[in-house]
Amino acid sequence: MSFDILNEPDLSLGRKFLHIHWFFVLLLCLTAGIGVAMLYSAANGNLQPWASRHAIRFAVGLVVMIVVALIDIRIWLRHAYTLYAVTLVLLVLVEVSGTIGMGAQRWISLGYFNLQPSEMMKISLVLALARYFHGGSIEDIGRPTYLLTPLLMIAMPCALVLRQPDLGTTLMLVMASGAIFFVAGVRMWKFAVVMLTGLVAMPLGWQFMHEYQKQRVLTFLNPESDPLNTGYHIIQSKIALGSGGLMGKGFMQGTQGHLRFLPEMQTDFIFTMLAEEFGMIGGIGLLSLYGLILVYGVILSQRCNNQFGRLLGIGVTTTFFLYVFINIAMVMGLIPVVGVPLPLISYGGTAMLTLLIGFGLLMSVWVHRDVTIGRRGGEEV
Amino acid sequence: MMYRDSERHKLFNRRTAILAGGKAVLLSALVGRMYYLQVIEADRYRTLADENRINLRLLAPLRGRVVDRFGVAIADNQKNYRAILISENTRDLDYTLNMLDQIIPISPTERKRIIRDVKRFRNFVPVMVRQNLNWEEVSQIEVNAPDLPGIFIDVGQSRNYLYGRDLAHILGYVAAVSPGEAEGDPLLELPGFRIGKAGVEKVYDVALRGSSGSSQVEVNAFGRMIRELNRREGQPGAEVMLTIDLGLQRMVSKRLADESAASVVIDIQTGDVLAMASTPGFDPNAFTRGLKSSEWQALISNPKSPLTNKAVAGRYSPGSTFKMAVLLAALDKGVISPTAKIFCKGYLELGNAKFHCWKKHGHGNVDSKSAITQSCDVYFYEIAKRTGIDRIAEMAKRLGFGTKLGIDLPGERAGLVPNKRWKRGALDAPWHQGETLIAGIGQGYLLATPLQLAVMTARLVNGGVAVTPRLTRALAGVDADNGAENKSGFESLNLPKAHLDLVTEAMSDVVNSRRGTARKSKIVDPNFAMGGKTGTVQVRRISKAERDTGVVKNKDLPWKFRDHALFVGFAPVDKPTYAVAVVVEHGGGGSSVAAPIARDILTEAQLRRSARAANIVSRDDTSPPSSDKPSGEG
Repeated sequence: MSFDILNEPDLSLGRKFLHIHWFFVLLLCLTAGIGVAMLYSAANGNLQPWASRHAIRFAVGLVVMIVVALIDIRIWLRHAYTLYAVTLVLLVLVEVSGTIGMGAQRWISLGYFNLQPSEMMKISLVLALARYFHGGSIEDIGRPTYLLTPLLMIAMPCALVLRQPDLGTTLMLVMASGAIFFVAGVRMWKFAVVMLTGLVAMPLGWQFMHEYQKQRVLTFLNPESDPLNTGYHIIQSKIALGSGGLMGKGFMQGTQGHLRFLPEMQTDFIFTMLAEEFGMIGGIGLLSLYGLILVYGVILSQRCNNQFGRLLGIGVTTTFFLYVFINIAMVMGLIPVVGVPLPLISYGGTAMLTLLIGFGLLMSVWVHRDVTIGRRGGEEV
Repeated sequence: MMYRDSERHKLFNRRTAILAGGKAVLLSALVGRMYYLQVIEADRYRTLADENRINLRLLAPLRGRVVDRFGVAIADNQKNYRAILISENTRDLDYTLNMLDQIIPISPTERKRIIRDVKRFRNFVPVMVRQNLNWEEVSQIEVNAPDLPGIFIDVGQSRNYLYGRDLAHILGYVAAVSPGEAEGDPLLELPGFRIGKAGVEKVYDVALRGSSGSSQVEVNAFGRMIRELNRREGQPGAEVMLTIDLGLQRMVSKRLADESAASVVIDIQTGDVLAMASTPGFDPNAFTRGLKSSEWQALISNPKSPLTNKAVAGRYSPGSTFKMAVLLAALDKGVISPTAKIFCKGYLELGNAKFHCWKKHGHGNVDSKSAITQSCDVYFYEIAKRTGIDRIAEMAKRLGFGTKLGIDLPGERAGLVPNKRWKRGALDAPWHQGETLIAGIGQGYLLATPLQLAVMTARLVNGGVAVTPRLTRALAGVDADNGAENKSGFESLNLPKAHLDLVTEAMSDVVNSRRGTARKSKIVDPNFAMGGKTGTVQVRRISKAERDTGVVKNKDLPWKFRDHALFVGFAPVDKPTYAVAVVVEHGGGGSSVAAPIARDILTEAQLRRSARAANIVSRDDTSPPSSDKPSGEG
């Protein structure tokens, strides 16, 4: 209790606003700016149809992020399970309406806006797990039975999302959860056990995979086997990326993207376009920017004085990392094509909103870093 | 409580550091992968990227023109207006085709082909609907454009023969490349590319073709052209200048009309072929357009073989036109003197056989000159018998028979000059003297092309020089040389001037003396007077019974049993310049059918020359002459 704001539960909104980590926000703006530039290039030098809307979405998302950041961390803690439950219900709803409707539907239409519960779940699950582990002592975590509840919390949404079917999101949910388990202090050997089990279960999982998912895995293993269909994306992406070379072809000078050899260049394959036009230098530049955001994510989380905030921060940061890694690894042919966008750069509103809400929570963790919270959610005295 | 949380906090920090380390490793892997793709493999991917986007398209060069000896175009290229369909611009393919059908009728098979092509290609690839639209169709399509979404007019180049049938056998035609012909030159693989298949188009195909240009175009993933990166224009084909005099050629072609006939006019000094016609002809433009199979069937089943250039590929017994060769051989061997007389009683007996003269009751006493003038067969039976076949054959070869003369046209044939050795080799039989007699009047095994007949005539009257024919005056502006231009280029035939003069005079008498066989075809203007020799060749055997009761007249026989009518001639008599050969298959008598044609041709040739001499500056050749009816037809 040596800091004066430590027990100052009612920080004024103005002071909270000042406590937002503005350098971090600047990094996000920079990244989104790169996104706008790339979308401008993808449209052959037009703000329409992507670049301008991307900028507007980011601006809106930024406001949402700040609002989220200003909400007291304890409110998030209090409503973590509620949010999780609501999201889970929405997932079930999507599953039901998807079954009734036309195949793989992933969203609920709200008029202006398509709500995608699987995307929301990336935040809700992190919140719920952070809250769960916030309540557990080191001894609790050591007990295997203590881990059953959080495993169930992961399993339910994963099963639903996998049925949609959305392999990418499922992987992200599992891995972000795994990261929370890990930093919460679950023993290393337990991870080893889970991984071994996973390896054993793999052939079993193969049976339950959709044809197109199997196809993607097979294509990943040998993209040249089917160059015109499923392998086309990876081959064209590698060609575009490789032909960019060290220095790139120059802004708007990329050929493969503009000539439409590169599929979905404004969404999942935008990194390829960036690497074609700006070369390896540009790619490393963007990775560095992402790296800096990740480093700040870790620093801000570690600096927090409550376990909920720390876990929440790391959960959000890891989710962000997974977006970055899966997308870039995918376009470079390191992992199968799973349909994960490049954060803040790919065109698409849902992922942008998810990310900015996530970063809003991270900011909230930072703003409320000195609030201590009891294991049952009450204030530590 | 605080203590316990700080313990968790420490564990958290430791684990976070490990996690961050893990992430750093993964991100480094991404950098490594980037290095591999963008630095190590960059060249390979750069090549692949260019292969992706750059298409090389060949540009068809403009086919070289063919012009006559005065530079008048006879084959050039014409804008070919085509209706094409781009299906992405149609709202409803059926609607567009129905609307178009009202302007240019589209048959159900055509419609099926169009729909099949539309389905086969991407929707921005133009599909050919119809070629060779005329102006009316083009303007109707343009006017109705709003009702014809997806229909566009496109302009290409196609071969155009300005005088159609008149030069069909000289020029030949162009047509689509057959599967076996597409070797080497990638041009040949261009869709719609046409190559020469006959005549000059075939002989000079490579020169006329030119070399292809190329266009490097950037295409997108769907093959749509985005822009042209680089363009190299092709080299248009070379211009071929023929020795043909277009005006004369057209006149000759028209004069032969629908007979199954051939005629060759050559310059006796240079060997330039001024006209060469073979009838019936064909429309070479129809080949460019593409023949319907019914049209093709009609061409190849026609008994008058319109596709054959009879002037170089037709082989005929020369008949009496061969008599000059026999006379020269006899004089050369010295078996008869020019003035020695032989009595013709209407036939000559050899062993048991009777060899008849065409004049039933005989010519009486004939010398060499009157034998030619009156075409007395008995005289030539006699001197042939004295000369022997081998000496006759030797003289025939000197005059150009029996070998290809090397004209630059495909399909030239050598004809046949028989001798004893030939018969032993080819027929495995000994030579009979009767066959020598038959050869003496130019029949039997002997075969000659109309071109050879014209060349023989030229050699007789040009002072005994072995002139050879040529059809090309210049290729790409460079003079073609067959050893000609000046006659010193040709070898002498080593014939005594006296013999040649005798033959020339005799040939003049054939036309100009009162007893000549072609006197009815005399050219009245003495400056234009011609000389020549008639020939009438039987194509059937006349039996003894028929001969006794009277030979059936030609007009009473079916066409294919009628005699071939031949005439070889030259003009003007006092200073020969032109030689002509006319063969009319199953035309009847050489004097009644072939000689008038030759007269008209030689008259036209001389008239054209004097017209040019009178008016050198303003040539009338630039406009095709319209006088189809030559003067003085009898």
